[in-house]
Amino acid sequence: MSRLFPFHGGLKTVRHKTESNALPIEPGPLPRRLVVPLRQHMGNVAKPSVQPGDRVLKGQMIGQADGYISAAVHAPSSGVVAVVEPRPVPHPSGLADLCVIIETDGEDRWIEREPVDYRRLHPSDLRNLIRNAGVVGLGGAVFPSAVKLNPGGHCERVDALILNGAECEPWITCDDRIMRERAADIVAGLAIMAHLLEPREVLIGIEDDKPEAIAAMTAACAGTGYAVRAVPTRYPSGSVKQLIFLLTGREIPEQGLPLDIGVQCFNVATAYTVHRAIVHGEPVLSRIVTVTGHVHRPRNIDVLLGTSFADLVTQCGGYRDGVERLIMGGPMMGFALHNDDVPVTKATNCILAASVEQLTPEQPAMPCIRCGACVDACPANLLPQQLYWFARAKEFDKARDHHLFSCIECGCCSYVCPSHIPLVQYYRYAKNEIWAREQEKEKAELARQRHQARQERLEREKQEREAKLRQKAPPRTAAETGTETTDGVG
Amino acid sequence: MVIAIFALGALAGASGLLLGFAAIRFKVEGNPMVEKIDAVLPQTQCGQCGYAGCRPYAEAIAAGEAEINLCPPGGANGVAALADLLGRDPPPLNADDGLEKPKLVAVIDEQSCIGCTLCIQACPVDAILGAAKHMHTVIARECTGCELCVAPCPVDCIHMTPVAETITTWKWTYPGVAVRAAA
Repeated sequence: MSRLFPFHGGLKTVRHKTESNALPIEPGPLPRRLVVPLRQHMGNVAKPSVQPGDRVLKGQMIGQADGYISAAVHAPSSGVVAVVEPRPVPHPSGLADLCVIIETDGEDRWIEREPVDYRRLHPSDLRNLIRNAGVVGLGGAVFPSAVKLNPGGHCERVDALILNGAECEPWITCDDRIMRERAADIVAGLAIMAHLLEPREVLIGIEDDKPEAIAAMTAACAGTGYAVRAVPTRYPSGSVKQLIFLLTGREIPEQGLPLDIGVQCFNVATAYTVHRAIVHGEPVLSRIVTVTGHVHRPRNIDVLLGTSFADLVTQCGGYRDGVERLIMGGPMMGFALHNDDVPVTKATNCILAASVEQLTPEQPAMPCIRCGACVDACPANLLPQQLYWFARAKEFDKARDHHLFSCIECGCCSYVCPSHIPLVQYYRYAKNEIWAREQEKEKAELARQRHQARQERLEREKQEREAKLRQKAPPRTAAETGTETTDGVG
Repeated sequence: MVIAIFALGALAGASGLLLGFAAIRFKVEGNPMVEKIDAVLPQTQCGQCGYAGCRPYAEAIAAGEAEINLCPPGGANGVAALADLLGRDPPPLNADDGLEKPKLVAVIDEQSCIGCTLCIQACPVDAILGAAKHMHTVIARECTGCELCVAPCPVDCIHMTPVAETITTWKWTYPGVAVRAAA
């Protein structure tokens, strides 16, 4: 059973784990001001449930989940809500999004916590607790976990629950450290997930360049029946689709979900937060962030959400000379930030201060020579070259026919391209353009329907008016019009 | 010889009856091309093309009475889509009808609104809410930015504002890296 199924393509990247994984996780600062974004998850933005001037306690809900795919947001520390307004958030656009700004009082006073015994709860109540604790996927995709913990309708039985501790990005070590230091809590959280999904087997995938983490997790799993699997260090083994294939040999259908093939996958840090939420009654208020690259003392920090990136860099001794770019996430899939005055969110797994040497030198793109290196590297089994031609020529329908949406934007193709073509940028552009056009189509359809409904209403009103006039004055000649006023309300 | 004529004649007769029946039974109402063209148009219902809405314009194109480059909200992309659909070369957008603009939404200055309902009557998609002598407001999500409500307003309290870009509508741009010619 311990067979592995290597995926196609991928890369051997230069590892930079040792820079930040030697030191234990350090508690982060308690800043005077926390800027807590209300959109720290996939789906609908949370509805603010506090107003300026409100006193909040640590762990108090400040944003309610809005709709099924959404998550709650909580006050990371006690204090007073200063204002609720859009502020710049870590996003490739550098745009602002709605945030709750809290002036902390330094007391860090908790709201009353209510630990529960999950075995006695109905599954839907348990999922609700997880949802209200703001638990989302901490691997970076921040999808609400409560949704993923509901197997209903997708498959008869969950075959495998997979815990993702692969952490394949070359610089990130936050999952490595949490597995080494908090393995028991992770496994306790995993037990809650297994309680909800009732899988046949539980697998934990960890890349084999983290022997300490593998040892710690194996020790914590003793007697539980959960299997720790060391997987070869090969980027992007930490991507959901690739890890599932690696461990089970099964492929997720295009546009499908892991649950469609009876598999579900969570990040290790997510399992940890599930444990804290249920067994300790603590919502997600902090996360572990790797601060690495060109800073004086790279390390992992347990940071309150809403702490600014600049504060973390200060805690790590500040920037060294020659920082060229600040990246959130890893060098492969992360994005460059416009400045460091943005808050840490649930998606912030790594802050990488990159120097010129650490960046792949940006060379001007040259024409594609059709060498096919990208095809060999693509872990999603796509034809990156074809996708490139279609995206470049804006032939979006063809790009879609060539499975553009199966692209995980891992960056392997751009990395190996001898012509330095920014391939992933083309795919992102094409995807965004297709989504935008679809939205426009939907909006146009709505406008068409409303226009038609209005035409019909006007016609109906006209006929009613004429009928009324005919009734009032039957024998006279032409009906006089223009006496009525239009009500005008839609 | 006689048999052959008879057989072919019978065949022709039978086919004729079948086709005649099909022509009545499966008669297509209206021009199916109109639907396809209408689906490509942006449904702004602004009338900048000179027709009373998107559907009348679609009917005019289908009948061959109108050029395909009269729709400013559709822009160059819209003209290209129509050209693609009709198998023609895309002409440049006709500037007489207006220029391609960024997306706009109508905003009513609620302080100055006198509640005359004129804008409500002008809105082609019923995106303005209000009643006589009560303040009106635009349902931004349903406004198509057609500007038809601006002119009727007697107190000039309606303004067209560009739709602001948000995190959810932001898009990655086309990679602007110049391709260097091979030496």
